[in-house]
Amino acid sequence: MRHQGGWIQRLLQTGSDHGGTLSMLVLAAGLLSLPALAFGADATPAAPTEYRDIPYVGSRNVIWVVAQLHLLLAGFVLGVPIFAWLCEVVAWKTGEKRYDKLAKEFTKLLTSAYATTALFGGILLFLLISFYPKLMNYLTDIFFPSFIVYCLLFLVETATLYLYWYGWDTMQDGGKKKFHILLGFLLNFFAFFIMIVPNSWATFQASPVVLAEGSDIARAWAATWNPTWWPVNIHRIIANVVLGGYICGAYAGIRYLSARNTEERDHYDWMGYVGNFIGVFGLLSLPFAGYWLMREVYQYNQQMGITLMGGFLSWLFILQAMLIGVLFLGSNYYFWMGITYRIPGSEMKYRKPMLAMLIALLLCLAVWMTPHSLVASMEEARKMGGSHHPLLGVFGVMSAKMTVANLMILVTFMSFIMYWRAGKQETAGWAKVAKAIMGGILALSAIAVIVLGVWGYFVPAIIRINYFSTTQVLVVIGVMVTITPLTALLLKSAKTTTEMVWGKMPPRAGYALVLNAVMVILLMTLMGYARSSSRVHWHVYGVLRDTSPYAYSPALGSAAAIMALCTFFFCMLVAFIFWVATMGDKAKAPSASTKGELPHGMPALAGASSALDEPKARKF
Amino acid sequence: MGPLIKLIVLNMVVYAILKFMVPNIPGSAPLPASLVFLYMMLTTSGFVIFATVSAESKEAFWGPIQRFLTGEGGGGLQALRYGVLILFPLLVGWQTYNSTAVSDAPPSENRTIHPAPPGEYTGLSNPISKTPDAIQQGKGFYAAFCSPCHGGNFDGKGPASRGFNPPPANFSDPTTIAMLQESYLFWRIKKGGVGLPIEGMPWKSAMPRWEVELPDEWIWKIILGEYDGAHQAPRTWE
Repeated sequence: MRHQGGWIQRLLQTGSDHGGTLSMLVLAAGLLSLPALAFGADATPAAPTEYRDIPYVGSRNVIWVVAQLHLLLAGFVLGVPIFAWLCEVVAWKTGEKRYDKLAKEFTKLLTSAYATTALFGGILLFLLISFYPKLMNYLTDIFFPSFIVYCLLFLVETATLYLYWYGWDTMQDGGKKKFHILLGFLLNFFAFFIMIVPNSWATFQASPVVLAEGSDIARAWAATWNPTWWPVNIHRIIANVVLGGYICGAYAGIRYLSARNTEERDHYDWMGYVGNFIGVFGLLSLPFAGYWLMREVYQYNQQMGITLMGGFLSWLFILQAMLIGVLFLGSNYYFWMGITYRIPGSEMKYRKPMLAMLIALLLCLAVWMTPHSLVASMEEARKMGGSHHPLLGVFGVMSAKMTVANLMILVTFMSFIMYWRAGKQETAGWAKVAKAIMGGILALSAIAVIVLGVWGYFVPAIIRINYFSTTQVLVVIGVMVTITPLTALLLKSAKTTTEMVWGKMPPRAGYALVLNAVMVILLMTLMGYARSSSRVHWHVYGVLRDTSPYAYSPALGSAAAIMALCTFFFCMLVAFIFWVATMGDKAKAPSASTKGELPHGMPALAGASSALDEPKARKF
Repeated sequence: MGPLIKLIVLNMVVYAILKFMVPNIPGSAPLPASLVFLYMMLTTSGFVIFATVSAESKEAFWGPIQRFLTGEGGGGLQALRYGVLILFPLLVGWQTYNSTAVSDAPPSENRTIHPAPPGEYTGLSNPISKTPDAIQQGKGFYAAFCSPCHGGNFDGKGPASRGFNPPPANFSDPTTIAMLQESYLFWRIKKGGVGLPIEGMPWKSAMPRWEVELPDEWIWKIILGEYDGAHQAPRTWE
């Protein structure tokens, strides 16, 4: 009170000193009218806040980065349990303990990442409520029942994960192991629903449906079954496996590079192989899912389809081609290095097939990366007669892209088959016939894919989309389901001529695994932006318009900078998570395992890269 | 021939093919520098991948470079090494200068060729039945209003086409109207170049705004005539 009295006294004194009677009156009137503001506010309530912003950074950028990080973490957390559980099942069925160890190691990464994912989910929710109250109010009104389901799913998923992880060592034998495997199955079961429930919210924003009057549950159910929900569900589950596989591969790559003894090198070399295999396995089917999703987008709304594939977002798909191309090249490179380093003496035998595969991949990639509308100077465009090249312009459309994507999948599959067969001698009497059949299937399939691709230019689009492209996909799947069991059968009686040796890969194999992981993260940030920005200036496409100052699409360069930032942040987060997850291992590691156990005295990351990669080094 | 020399020769061969052979194929044209760069990058990447797939091939490719740069066992090449170490930053600097220096050349074209149509034009279906009469009428309208630019053969080579940059669309090319729905063509014909959205500006289209001269029915008939004359079919979902 005293403080207030002094303040008023000083104020009055100031007024009298300057003789500002008028200003004093205005001030007094102002002070007296303060309570009236409250009455006024009661009389005319302010309009509800639609948006809030954050200075300098911008609310949209914050949401963009946090949502992308949450999505990437969620992808990892939902993808890893799939193959962790499969590895555990393999270990249980075959009795190979190393698979159990691998599954446990995957799950260890999962537990640390799970909490961070939930944390980012919470941050995202708070930020969305704060920055976009109008949108969140709208979505809550529609999806309230599924919000409850989501919370319940999270509870059971968390409980299952804790039981799965903490019960690992205790539930190793007999019935307990079966129960543990059941827990792993439930973990994946709940995780699947945890993925598809929020997918319905995001896909509803992109492809909303008309909501009839009805109960809350009926409205939420109708909104959930929107046209792009299942295509996104399928696409995401495969992408999560790819992301999880490559990140686990990168983890193994880094552990391999920093390995201090031969046992570690062997284990992480093998883990890197498994991670790469899982990534490739998912990658082979990902383009099919992506194609289906885009088809549904086109069918749902031509405008959105054109914005994505022909309009201002079409350049993203050229970047996508480049990133997928690097992934294919990186994965095959790793396979080929596996043949030359893990199977001594096989280098010369497989050098020619590797060269042929590499040339095929590069030619396909060249076609995939050729845009329909080329970047050309005025002079170059004049010479071409427009922005389409009269000859190479044909590579710029879907028929060509689908053809080369299928061929790249075929080549990568054959690369894996070659790796599988390396170092083995078939002894079956029918081996020659089987190999001839496999060669014939492969050649005919490649020809069929190319013929359908070329023919696709001469038929109506709907024939190409519904029949030719589908047939191309079926042909490639047909090759896989024919050659895989045939090879397995062939190798059942085969004689191993050269034992596969682990821990002999050069350091660049570890770096290739890290590169693949970075590429797949970049790819997900890129396509996340594409999916989200295809709504252009709508929060809910055609229904709820974005009226914020951010209702514009950023230039591709700015968008690419945010994507790179998201990738960087995610890599840092994952590095931190992995560091925390392995902190205990280092403490437990016996002091006897020193760097002296390594032939070169130090890990590759510590400067022994070149020493580990000398031709002579392979003989240690 | 050492792998490094092979890489240089391979790049020279690829460059020669892209720069001198491909443009001389009948119906072809010179390739823009961006595409040549892309293909050469792929060539180089492929070579490096193959050269480093085994320890022996990596040693054959990278060993001499490493020894030259580090001076290990090749003291006689010291002057050359210093030359490379001076020349390389200069090359990078020159490249940076070239890409940032003010130039009087017009900027590269990076426009969006197929902008998304406004919502009210998506999903429209042609109200005119595809009868021989309607097609014939459409071709007649096409001959009168469109063929001066887009050509009597629907190939974009009408008598007035030479005056336009970019040239009028070639409808017989399977990568143009065959990729689009009829509603898209209806919008482009009706609204013309001035009706294009702001995305991907700057626009360069001399297409007239035909809605001021032609009724909608004629435009739909022209679309029927165009597809029939160009031997293409519109994109549909049925």
